[in-house]
Amino acid sequence: MDWRQLWEISSTPDNVPIVALLPLVVFYCWLAWKQARANDALIAQLEADPALAKTHHRKTYPWQPGWQKEIHVWPFLLRVEFLAAIIVTIILMVWSITLNAPMEEPANPNLTMNPAKAPWYFLGLQEMLVYFDPWIAGVVMPTLIIIGLMAIPYIDTNPLGSGYYTWKQRKFSISTFFFGFIVLWVSMIIIGTFIRGPGWLWFWPGQTWDHNKIVYEVNRDLPDLFGLTTQPLKGIFGLLAVGAYFVIGGLGLHTLFKRYNPKDYARMSFLQYNTMMFLMLLMVSLPLKIAIRLLFHIKYVWVTPWFNV
Amino acid sequence: MADETKIPEKTPPPEKKAPPAAGNGKGLLTSFKDDIKSLPDEMKGKVKDQVEAAKDPAKTQIFTSIFRHKHDDTPRNRALGVLSNVFLHLHPAKINRDAVRYNYTWGMGGITFYLFIVLTFTGVLLMFYYHPTKVQAFRDVLYLEHDVPFGKILRNMHRWAAHLMIIAVWLHMFRVFLTGSYKKPREFNWNVGVILLVLTLLLSFTGYLLPDDQLGFWAVTVGTNMARATPMLGHEGPFGSQLGMTPYNDVRFGLLGGSIVDANALLRAYIWHCIGIPIIASIFMIVHFWRVRKDGGISGPAPVILASEVKEARR
Ligand code: HEM
Repeated sequence: MDWRQLWEISSTPDNVPIVALLPLVVFYCWLAWKQARANDALIAQLEADPALAKTHHRKTYPWQPGWQKEIHVWPFLLRVEFLAAIIVTIILMVWSITLNAPMEEPANPNLTMNPAKAPWYFLGLQEMLVYFDPWIAGVVMPTLIIIGLMAIPYIDTNPLGSGYYTWKQRKFSISTFFFGFIVLWVSMIIIGTFIRGPGWLWFWPGQTWDHNKIVYEVNRDLPDLFGLTTQPLKGIFGLLAVGAYFVIGGLGLHTLFKRYNPKDYARMSFLQYNTMMFLMLLMVSLPLKIAIRLLFHIKYVWVTPWFNV
Repeated sequence: MADETKIPEKTPPPEKKAPPAAGNGKGLLTSFKDDIKSLPDEMKGKVKDQVEAAKDPAKTQIFTSIFRHKHDDTPRNRALGVLSNVFLHLHPAKINRDAVRYNYTWGMGGITFYLFIVLTFTGVLLMFYYHPTKVQAFRDVLYLEHDVPFGKILRNMHRWAAHLMIIAVWLHMFRVFLTGSYKKPREFNWNVGVILLVLTLLLSFTGYLLPDDQLGFWAVTVGTNMARATPMLGHEGPFGSQLGMTPYNDVRFGLLGGSIVDANALLRAYIWHCIGIPIIASIFMIVHFWRVRKDGGISGPAPVILASEVKEARR
């Protein structure tokens, strides 16, 4: 166990935000979970008791008849905002006094930094470079993430759970977002920060960074496994393989979705449903590609003279 | 041209009455003596009035010219305090009693905005000391670190606020998702938010290069190298070379103003970072806040809806 290495990584000034991000994400997940559970309990209670549902104010917060439904922004909201501003300022002050912004040697194109890391918030994409070519990891993926995020309000047709925390009413959308944000985005950042060392190789926390380490990895393309090594065949095979993933995966996902979300399925239009399916399949393809790479040493699925997937 | 000398003839001056208190007919010298004699008493009275007025500053002319309403604690004045203030009037006068609970919004949107203000403030101060040129940029940052009074804490605050802003935007988006606040009628504002998220990341990224040190240089090199691989628009991307892309005309060249990260890239990053993106982001923020209001204020905490109450439209 090389504690010094571990300390060096986690105390690098630009990594401190990530060290802070971890407990913050955990805390806010807990805070959301707590409120979702309370609301879900209330929902269950009201569903079971229609008479109560007619009279209840339907929040988990205290309520008494005669209380005003609305309160003045001045002072009740403004004082919270003012307090928040002061607290953030204090945190920033303390942070800025105790920790200095990094400043390395002057930029030198002839002296490559190893590892050369993107800013921490893009490390998820850099991590994807291990498994995908740059045009996918660096261009297509960010574009699809943005498009996917923008599509969310238009493909989530579930009218429940608008304006309150809940889990039971939105299991599917919440787990999907959780998967995308926490599992794919945040944890890839953590891997990129704490695990990836020189040569972008995998070093467990506490393992000493060995700048001379070389890993011999013999990666094959999927068509090679089937004895296809010449070009038109490789390309056609890849097209079929990717096509098969979308068809078979799509049909499988379809059954699952229809089984567990019949109402959403009934509500969604043709366009909504297919957009969601397409985005879901793309998202699921990430861990899948990672898995076949790690388990079977497969580099590309689809090889063409112009691009590889 | 009017003949000025004729004007008095056209409108004869009003009949000359004795000026009311022009010394009460006394001679100039006597009235001067009287005036001096009565001066202390008169001034004492004025001072007394002044002191009296100062006890209630809200009634002074200066005060009433600034604040357009009284400030005693009445519901009307509480509302006016928000509505008649240009900085506060994005708020409604009254809100849902539970919406002020920290638990619901986590205050993350507001904190993001506050951090943007902090960044603008510290950023402008940094601009006083920084030249976006290869010769000076690195030295300017060193100078800030070691010689400029409070330069170090200024730079630190700018940097850490930037990191914090990214964390806050992510958490804000997370909370908006978890409360289902992107649902009708807030779909559009969610999209404005997504654009703000991208702009926030770009702001931070363009700033990364500015110290012109190894860290920023390689981070931006790694980042922009991906642009080489843009399909069709990058010289290493799919169909790029077939469409005539070279390192000297592709999208990366456009971003960097050259084929490597050098002086032009520094200048471009600087302009995007200090002028371009902040202006665009401010415009989107204005729209974002406006839409929060127009869409009916904060989405909750709203009363829960039961599945049994939803009327299903058949499809
Ligand atoms: C520069 C970045 C941003 C700023 C300064 C900002 C600011 C705010 C503020 C102050 C609010 C009021 C409620 C609150 O504090 O939570 C708000 C609400 C909202 N924001 Fe943002 N936001 C930003 C980015 C985003 C992003 C990235 C998204 C989503 C992708 C988003 C979506 C929304 C939505 C849908 C609402 C309405 C929420 C509700 O009614 O409960 N915003 N934003």
